[in-house]
Amino acid sequence: MNETAHMEHRDYTGAKLGMWLFLFTEILLFGGMFLVYARYRQVNTAEFHEAGREMSLFIGAANTIILLTSSLTMALAISAIKKGLKARCLVLQAATVLLGIWFLVNKYFEWSEHIRHGFYPDSPKLLAMSHGNILFFGLYYVMTGIHALHVLIGISLITFMMVLTLRGRVSGADYVKLENTGLFWHLVDIIWIYLFPLFYLVL
Amino acid sequence: MEPSFYQAKTKYPGIFGWIFSTDHKRIGLLYLVSTLAFFAVGVCLGLTLRLELIRSGMHIISAQTYNAIFTLHGVIMIFLFIIPGIPSSLGNFIMPLQIGARDVAFPKINILSWWLFIIGGACAVTSLFTGGGPIDTGWTFYVPYSIRTRTNTSLAVFGVFLIGMSSTLTGMNFLTTIHRLRAPGMTWKRMPLFVWSIYATSWIQLLATPVLAITLLLIIIERFFGVGFFDPTKGGDPILFEHMFWIYSHPAVYIMILPAMGAVTDIIPVFARRNIFGYTFIAASSLAIAFVGYLVWGHHMFTSGMSDTARVIFSFLTFLVAVPSGIKVFNWIASLYKGSIRMDAPLLYTLAFIFLFSIGGLTGLVQGALATSLHVHGTYFIVGHFHYVIFGGAAMGFFAGLHYWFPKITGKLYEEHLAKLAWVLLFIGFNMLYFSMFVLGWEGMPRRYYDYLPKFDGPNLVSTIGSWILAMGLIIMFYNLIHSILAGKDAGDNPWEAASLEWQTSSPPPAENFETTPVVTKGPYSFQ
Repeated sequence: MNETAHMEHRDYTGAKLGMWLFLFTEILLFGGMFLVYARYRQVNTAEFHEAGREMSLFIGAANTIILLTSSLTMALAISAIKKGLKARCLVLQAATVLLGIWFLVNKYFEWSEHIRHGFYPDSPKLLAMSHGNILFFGLYYVMTGIHALHVLIGISLITFMMVLTLRGRVSGADYVKLENTGLFWHLVDIIWIYLFPLFYLVL
Repeated sequence: MEPSFYQAKTKYPGIFGWIFSTDHKRIGLLYLVSTLAFFAVGVCLGLTLRLELIRSGMHIISAQTYNAIFTLHGVIMIFLFIIPGIPSSLGNFIMPLQIGARDVAFPKINILSWWLFIIGGACAVTSLFTGGGPIDTGWTFYVPYSIRTRTNTSLAVFGVFLIGMSSTLTGMNFLTTIHRLRAPGMTWKRMPLFVWSIYATSWIQLLATPVLAITLLLIIIERFFGVGFFDPTKGGDPILFEHMFWIYSHPAVYIMILPAMGAVTDIIPVFARRNIFGYTFIAASSLAIAFVGYLVWGHHMFTSGMSDTARVIFSFLTFLVAVPSGIKVFNWIASLYKGSIRMDAPLLYTLAFIFLFSIGGLTGLVQGALATSLHVHGTYFIVGHFHYVIFGGAAMGFFAGLHYWFPKITGKLYEEHLAKLAWVLLFIGFNMLYFSMFVLGWEGMPRRYYDYLPKFDGPNLVSTIGSWILAMGLIIMFYNLIHSILAGKDAGDNPWEAASLEWQTSSPPPAENFETTPVVTKGPYSFQ
């Protein structure tokens, strides 16, 4: 029966290949937005610098460190399961999830602050400002917003992996699902590494 | 002998054994039925448009309704029929068999793809009856109108977004399958050219669709939050939308045509009883079309205000992309030359494909040349062109593949005389319907208009009558196929005496495709 045949069939290389192809598509998805950013920054360079001063370098830097650390914990989690250290793997996955949640909490406060100051799409304050300012904040919300959605998806995936690890479906013998989840998480991190200078270091 | 996959025991009973199946053959059939259902709807919409246009000054529907109908006709035909069309139905069913695999690399993602397709389609259909009513922006969703229109754009666009996700995942799945699951001895150069075409198509599905995804998301975000990316009053640029839209939508047309080219390339050797001419060139040209196809999107924007330099470059690249297609046409003709021709339905549809696609392709050059482009832009000439390549090309190739692989999928033979009768009606109706459009366009009739000047009456009448003849042909063709499923003669394993792997197992195949894993020692078209 088809179902049993697939439970026996394991292709580590194929699973990795499929994941890398999927990551390629995510790069293109975000790439579209980076294209929009590049175009509008080219046309409104000075205004982007002006708008950039509204951003909190502190929160941005903190979030960068948080995500980088979470990539570390994720990589360590995979090292752990390769050595069969199930408990350590679970702790490290949990740490990654917590760091991801911390990132999102920071984002929540950051956005609230901007909205309280009147910087949100279609706000009267923003519409009274120059085009460059409107576009900068538009890009900020859309790009960090779609990124945050991916952070949330990543957190959900890792949580699911924790359940699978607990049940033994992810183990030292078969950990490609966890590796692929790790790849997704690293992608989310790398995208932030690009977003950070584009929004927080435009000084 | 093993039971066929239709009779195999499934994880879930009844209909759930189909809609939750992870068997590529069942999933291929799910896609086949759903895409053909959407095709039927699209045909009805098209017939309604032609009825409205039968005579100048005469109206059976309002202008608003007309705009909604041509939008839906485009959205349904493009996103719900022809893009998923061959790859998801025939590609799913036949490709793994042709490489000697038991299934695709990720069977669960395969059925997920179908569900995304269905839910996306459901969103699109629901959008007709909710919110501000059916979308009227044209399938191209150009801003600023798509941002401002009160019709239910966001839901329809979100539906297309989901369908796009389906397409991307299928591309990823097929690429991994072809790289990893070929049977022993099945080298790249022993793969049937249908597989090569699915491979090239999958690269386009994978890489181009995400750009459409983000573009569609930005429309929805714009409508809800007024961010301003495409709004000039906020510093946005509507032309940026056109760039982003066409960067996907041009490669998309190669998603439509490449699998059809692959199907006819498999058919010709079998019905000429000789090896394909220029295997390597045909395989390479599929990849070349996929690659160069990414570089020509600007030819949809010649009148949008680009610089002369940019337009010259896009025009040159557009001419370049025609070359690999031309190579294929010459190789197909050479493959027929001195062959022992069996003029059965698959070959008839293939010949129609070559003829109609060539006309479509040549008129594409008229559009690709800057001076003539200016004359025909926004006219019925364009409508004629793309229907010749998408319908006369891709869909006709689809019909050829349907007839060719019908015995493998159903275990039955369709009725040959009815198939030929349908073909005659299709061919006559098609040319009446669409050749008139070249005449109309050249004479200046604009597209997407619900009325026209009386001087355009003649060809419009011919076109509408052609649509009825075409519809008759479609009805007869599908009646034949459906009736033959129920009452056709048994086909046997290999009624066409073909050499590729799918014909070396039973018709229909068993659940696991092959009784033992095949070992491949020769090419797919060796008949000796």
